[in-house]
Amino acid sequence: MNVEFFVISLLNGVSYGLLLFMLSSGLTLIFSMMGVLNFAHASFYMLGAYFAYTLSGVVGFWPALFIAPVLVFAMGAAFERYCLRRVHKFGHVPELLVTFGLSYLILEVVQLVWGRSTVPYGLPSALQGPLFTLYGTQFPKSRSFIMLVAVLMLVSVWLLLTRTRIGLVIQAALKHPEMVEALGHNVPRVFMLVFGGGAALAGLAGVVGGNTYVTEPAMAASVGSIIFVVVVVGGMGSLAGAFLASLIIGVVQTFAVAMDQSLATGLQAFGVAVTDQTFGYELLKLTISQVAPILPYLFLVLILIFRPKGLLGTRED
Amino acid sequence: MNTVTTTTTPNAAAGKAPTQYYRFKPLNIGRILIWSFFALLLIVAPMIFTSSLALTMLSQIGYLIIICLSYNMLLGQGGMLSFGHAVYVGLGSFIAIHAMNLASAGKLPIPLVLIPLVGGLGGMFFAVVFGYVSTKKSGTTFAMITLGLGELVAAMALMFPSFFGGEGGITTNRVYGASFFGLNFGPQNQVYYLIAVYCFICTGLMFAFTGTPLGRMLNAVRDNPERVEFIGYNTQRVRYYAFIIAGFFAGIGGGLAAINFEIVNAADSLNGLRSGSYLLFTFLGGATFFFGPIIGAALLVFALVLLSELSKAWLLYVGLVFLLMVMFAPGGVASLIMMNVRVALFGKIKRFYLLYVGLFIGSAIMLAGAAAIVEMIYHMQLNAALGPMVPFAGLQLDTSSATAWIVAVALLAVGLGVFEVVRRRFAKVWGHAQEEIEAEIKRRETA
Amino acid sequence: MTYSLELRNLRKSFGKTDIIRGVDLAVTAGERIAIIGPNGAGKSTLFNLISGRLTPSSGEVLLNGQRIDGMKPYEINRMGLSRSFQITNIFPKLTVFENLRCGVLWSLGYKYTFLRFLSNLDDANERTEELIRQIGLEKKRDVHAVNLTYAEQRALEIGVTIAGGASVILLDEPTAGMSKTETSHFIALIKHVTVGKTLLTVEHDMGVVFGLADKIAVVVYGEVIAFDTPAAVRANARVQEAYLGSAVADAQGAGH
Repeated sequence: MNVEFFVISLLNGVSYGLLLFMLSSGLTLIFSMMGVLNFAHASFYMLGAYFAYTLSGVVGFWPALFIAPVLVFAMGAAFERYCLRRVHKFGHVPELLVTFGLSYLILEVVQLVWGRSTVPYGLPSALQGPLFTLYGTQFPKSRSFIMLVAVLMLVSVWLLLTRTRIGLVIQAALKHPEMVEALGHNVPRVFMLVFGGGAALAGLAGVVGGNTYVTEPAMAASVGSIIFVVVVVGGMGSLAGAFLASLIIGVVQTFAVAMDQSLATGLQAFGVAVTDQTFGYELLKLTISQVAPILPYLFLVLILIFRPKGLLGTRED
Repeated sequence: MNTVTTTTTPNAAAGKAPTQYYRFKPLNIGRILIWSFFALLLIVAPMIFTSSLALTMLSQIGYLIIICLSYNMLLGQGGMLSFGHAVYVGLGSFIAIHAMNLASAGKLPIPLVLIPLVGGLGGMFFAVVFGYVSTKKSGTTFAMITLGLGELVAAMALMFPSFFGGEGGITTNRVYGASFFGLNFGPQNQVYYLIAVYCFICTGLMFAFTGTPLGRMLNAVRDNPERVEFIGYNTQRVRYYAFIIAGFFAGIGGGLAAINFEIVNAADSLNGLRSGSYLLFTFLGGATFFFGPIIGAALLVFALVLLSELSKAWLLYVGLVFLLMVMFAPGGVASLIMMNVRVALFGKIKRFYLLYVGLFIGSAIMLAGAAAIVEMIYHMQLNAALGPMVPFAGLQLDTSSATAWIVAVALLAVGLGVFEVVRRRFAKVWGHAQEEIEAEIKRRETA
Repeated sequence: MTYSLELRNLRKSFGKTDIIRGVDLAVTAGERIAIIGPNGAGKSTLFNLISGRLTPSSGEVLLNGQRIDGMKPYEINRMGLSRSFQITNIFPKLTVFENLRCGVLWSLGYKYTFLRFLSNLDDANERTEELIRQIGLEKKRDVHAVNLTYAEQRALEIGVTIAGGASVILLDEPTAGMSKTETSHFIALIKHVTVGKTLLTVEHDMGVVFGLADKIAVVVYGEVIAFDTPAAVRANARVQEAYLGSAVADAQGAGH
């Protein structure tokens, strides 16, 4: 493990973590505001990528970067207005279920319109190639662009929430929606905007993530469960917690995938002989890279045992 | 669905014959009838539907009933939304199939008829381990934990190929050892009857559970978890024990599945998609009534086996139906049935016959139009190489011609119109009927 | 002597805000105590501290001489203390009968069993019948709790509270939101069902207080400023200054 590996992996991990944060921030916002855990959040991510793919072919990547999230916003807002709102009175479980059903629907429609295989959503020429070369390994422009977009997004959302009037209403409605409504604000409309906004954030993540990583129908499922882990590990309802958790998980995942050590190699370094016949060999020979996919879930279980509120959680629900 | 009459004979003095509460005299006729009918249905079904496809479906429905009922123990009775139930079913399957392999190799003297119990114990073991962590929280957090645990186990499957069999899964042969009263469970209909017996017994046991103190406290925890603590019960314990029991029955279902297919594959049986389908169809069937999941299990098999053959778009249909059900009838099919039963019990069902016919016609037309459009779109996307003709309900639709599209859209519009008109009338009549029923109830109360 | 319920220098802060600032209270067995005080004085917080819903920042709570501070609500309940809630806290989807039966199950030792049928538990069912007669809801035994009227739900709330046979009962504003007739009916109900038990009730209605209580504890800003018989409390200058305003109290006292 040398410095080059460390720095590049760290940068990769941070960019992946920031992508996760873009996704989980919308989820956290929607959950804080409405108490609804949006199961279809990763589906909005997928929609953003697919919309951007089609739009890139028509108007180019850079306009698509702005138009695709707006389209996803419209879809999210429409869903809230016509489906979610209706289910609100039945409680939190039906709300979760209705977003669950939506995720199935979006998956099917995407497969219907764009087919079941990967689509060639490529990087625009401005983002191809390395941003800089460090010790012979390249760090791609596309990943740094993700980091840039994520930071800009974080800053603008924070400014929106804390410095504008609508942000103030949103923050108030976060805690006491009924009181805010009694004061004359159109809280249902605020809910619709927040849900649409959260979806748009996911869509934006899809626009930049789809061409850096892969755009295919399975992308929603692969990232979907991880963002739920992020939200729970960070603490339900805490934006800062989601940020911390996304970075941690992003970095740890990226490092783990590259490491080929296992308990067996570790024992061998201590001079203990490990062969096929050793008890528990199957467990011992697992390399860290093989275990990498389950690390987020392991995190989840450990956090829930030792710190159930999450890293920075504020509410016990 | 407890229709109950009480006979209470007051205790004259201590030491006399015990007071009867919620007992039926002399026997609970209604209950005996229903269970006999259920048993009869199980016995007679394969004689009515004799094709091998039907037998396969019936076998699957049999053990899925057990699985969905065990799931509803968590969802409907306990208010615990789990996204990881497939873990206990799947692990039960794996334990069962390994037990079968050990038994046929002579290392474990377990006859085939007891293998599902082994599966049940397997499911229960994992429920004890995982349930401890899961039930520490409730509500949305609980749902997330079960999701995470489900993904964890599914991902671990690839890491331990000797237990999970890797890509190919684990296979077995269910015909081994001494025959059981002449049955070797090779032919499908013998397997079906094995499943049917377990189905009947497990359904009975799970129904009995709802009438026990733990079962009732589980309902109390669902309704008001905080208050339960103040009447002397540890809410988390109640949830944990219910979780374990649900895991036991899930494992039995998994064991039966292993016997039925003679192969268990980690990619199929442990993943989030499976858990999702249990959730979806239990909810569709109806989580608020005991028999709802039974309906859900049947719907699950119909959708998975029949609908997927009929149309490539079956998952879209299922998703749409689910969405509409959550929005308009969150109690599922069972609640729709019971609402009508209630109206019928008050003698007001006749006025709805014509309206139901109207609703049916309207939705049939709407469905024809919508399905035609969906099928044509799917065909164009997925089977374009096969040419423009789509087989649809015995007709051949030409996706390249405008007429097919126009007709489909027209059908959809007409069906929608008819449906909406009848629905408004229906809502009015329903409202009146409900008012009358309320008044009748008030009258009976004060009488 | 061992008091039924004793609070020793009980304190509770939320962050920097001190809500309960050193409460000392000693209740003898069988006494009926009314806890009064202005809104925000900390009466419900006191109940929450005693019943285990909140953990004290410092100080002790003793039930029949045993320390219960820091224990979980169900542990405290099993030791013989039961409470009702200001906002009705029953089981909405269960019937009246089922609600009450849930309340008796633990006290009769049935715990987490799934090997017995509820319909066979004669002692539980008998006790439930008795309870349902005591609170006057026999006609509504099979009605789902969510469908009861407000006053009936409050009665059910009390029923669930006393179901377990606890010796110390805490009632948090039992007559909140009731009309005059409902209130007087309710006071009779409370008197009837808490015979021989130690009762603490938070109340705002002075008529109820003076009619029901053996002693009154006046809580103002997280402290008990007086704990004495009704007549003495009425005459206490500090109390009059802080809360009562004698003219108002006289008028309400005359009403019941």
